[in-house]
Amino acid sequence: MGLVFAVVTVTFLLLNLAPGDPAQLWVGPGAGAADLEAARRALGLDRPLPARYVTWLGTIVRGDWGTSLAQQRPVTRVLADAVPYTLLLSGASLLLTYLGGIIVGLVQAVKRARPLDTALTVLTLFVYGMPSYWLALILVLVFAYGAARFGWPAWLQFPAMGAAGLDADFLTPGQRLLDRLEHLVLPLTTLSLLGIAGTARYVRGAAIDVRQQDYVRTAIAKGLPTPTVVRRHVLRSALLPVVTLLGLSLPALFSGTVFVEVIFAWPGMGRELVGAVSARDYPVVMAATAVFGALVVLGNLLADLLYAAVDPRLRR
Amino acid sequence: MTASLRFALRDRRVLAGGAILGAFALAGLLAPWIVPHDPLAQPDILRTRFLAPLAAGPDGAVRWLGTDQLGRDLLSRLAYGARISLAVGVLAAVLAAVIGTAIGAFAALFRGAVERVLMAATDAALALPRLVLLLALVALLSPSAPLVVLVLALTGWMPVARLARAEVLGVLGRPYADAARAAGSSPVRLLVRHLLPNALTPVIVATALGVGNAITLEAGLAFLGLGIPAPTPSWGNMIASGRDALVQAPWIATFPGLAVALAVVGCNLVGDGIRDAMDPTAR
Repeated sequence: MGLVFAVVTVTFLLLNLAPGDPAQLWVGPGAGAADLEAARRALGLDRPLPARYVTWLGTIVRGDWGTSLAQQRPVTRVLADAVPYTLLLSGASLLLTYLGGIIVGLVQAVKRARPLDTALTVLTLFVYGMPSYWLALILVLVFAYGAARFGWPAWLQFPAMGAAGLDADFLTPGQRLLDRLEHLVLPLTTLSLLGIAGTARYVRGAAIDVRQQDYVRTAIAKGLPTPTVVRRHVLRSALLPVVTLLGLSLPALFSGTVFVEVIFAWPGMGRELVGAVSARDYPVVMAATAVFGALVVLGNLLADLLYAAVDPRLRR
Repeated sequence: MTASLRFALRDRRVLAGGAILGAFALAGLLAPWIVPHDPLAQPDILRTRFLAPLAAGPDGAVRWLGTDQLGRDLLSRLAYGARISLAVGVLAAVLAAVIGTAIGAFAALFRGAVERVLMAATDAALALPRLVLLLALVALLSPSAPLVVLVLALTGWMPVARLARAEVLGVLGRPYADAARAAGSSPVRLLVRHLLPNALTPVIVATALGVGNAITLEAGLAFLGLGIPAPTPSWGNMIASGRDALVQAPWIATFPGLAVALAVVGCNLVGDGIRDAMDPTAR
């Protein structure tokens, strides 16, 4: 709660202390002094900073986040429409990221310094360096344009736009779910590939550290098969730093989500934010920033709970 | 420090990463003398646009990486783009490191309320996704190169601040810090002469990784149309223009994207290499 408050405060300070005048941007460069003054009053910018801060806190607590300048509807509605899409995309990607990352990292640790490990190390290093917006374009190129052009089987062709097909309203619920999943494939793959690469690099290091512990040597020495050792002894201890990473990786995940949502026209918070930035839609920019911060804080809370579940020492 | 640096220079990853970054830096620095075409020239657009890589233009000169939708030579633009990307990335990361080190060191040195306020602000700023913060900041300003450096630094100092605070706190507990204080060093002298030189290595590693992040984000902002404006060639706005012609000319977006990925790989290799060289257990 304290951290949410701090996030909201930092958002407010950064946006209000930064040079640049939202009223000026709103009315445009050709506006006269009178129009500018009217805009400042309409946006509440004519009042001193502390007064604006208190007002802003008050409205946030009451759930009245103002009206979007570009869309002329309540900011809460704009965000309420977008948040589920962002949560679906980032939540699913988080799941795949950790599943895939842990598996790849463990495989690398077990095959340490063998060709497979080296190949995966180079591969994850390169994928981890890729910009999300570029990987997204490449996937669109291959699985949307390329697949259609070269007549690949239908199950290898994926839509590159939006969260639902044009005919979604006429589909049965089952078909609609399938339609949604199809639209999810490319954005989700982009985010997850990058996430898996980053996580695998980390898991590999953690697992190699654990493998050098005495109790793992004991487990191997007493004749346990490798899969059992990995599952029971290595994985369990290596999971602890990985769960810590989960909370820390959330901001980066959301950064990636913003790009991916823009490229795939996925109607989530990131696309809303970028649209608001281009339209100089100040209330939406402020609110979306604060909500992203709150999501990260909530995610960290979940990570802490998960940590307690994974670490038996914290259970009591 | 010097001993560990010597270790670092022997690390294969540092060498490989340094080679990648050095090649890009050289291409950027020497761009005006080595590029085959003017990166801004749009000669006879109808006949020179969308030339595939290795195709020869109407003037008979080969376009090694092809041309974009305005007939501009991609290889030349890539070399000039390296200037923007590397300069912005390095400047932003170094500025972020300076801000972060200052905040972290102050927090560690003065403890108490100062430390609590500084670290609370750091944690709060860290909870905001960096791109979101960047977008919110550039939303209010019109983009230019110095501004992009500034906002990247303003959104990138937090991890360094936490690192620097932890390191300075660690060094403060050492006997030589006590000795310097007992000998009458002022806090500033203590910080500059004794604490920072011994706390700097993790900051250097973080800065190397930070350069990669800044390069990706600078290109990302340009990609969203919020970075350094056209026609200045930057890897980001090259990828953006390639997005518009993805079907006819996939190479326009492909090469600058590869360049960003390689530069980031270079930074990560250097960072990882230095970190392991500093850590005796990993040698």
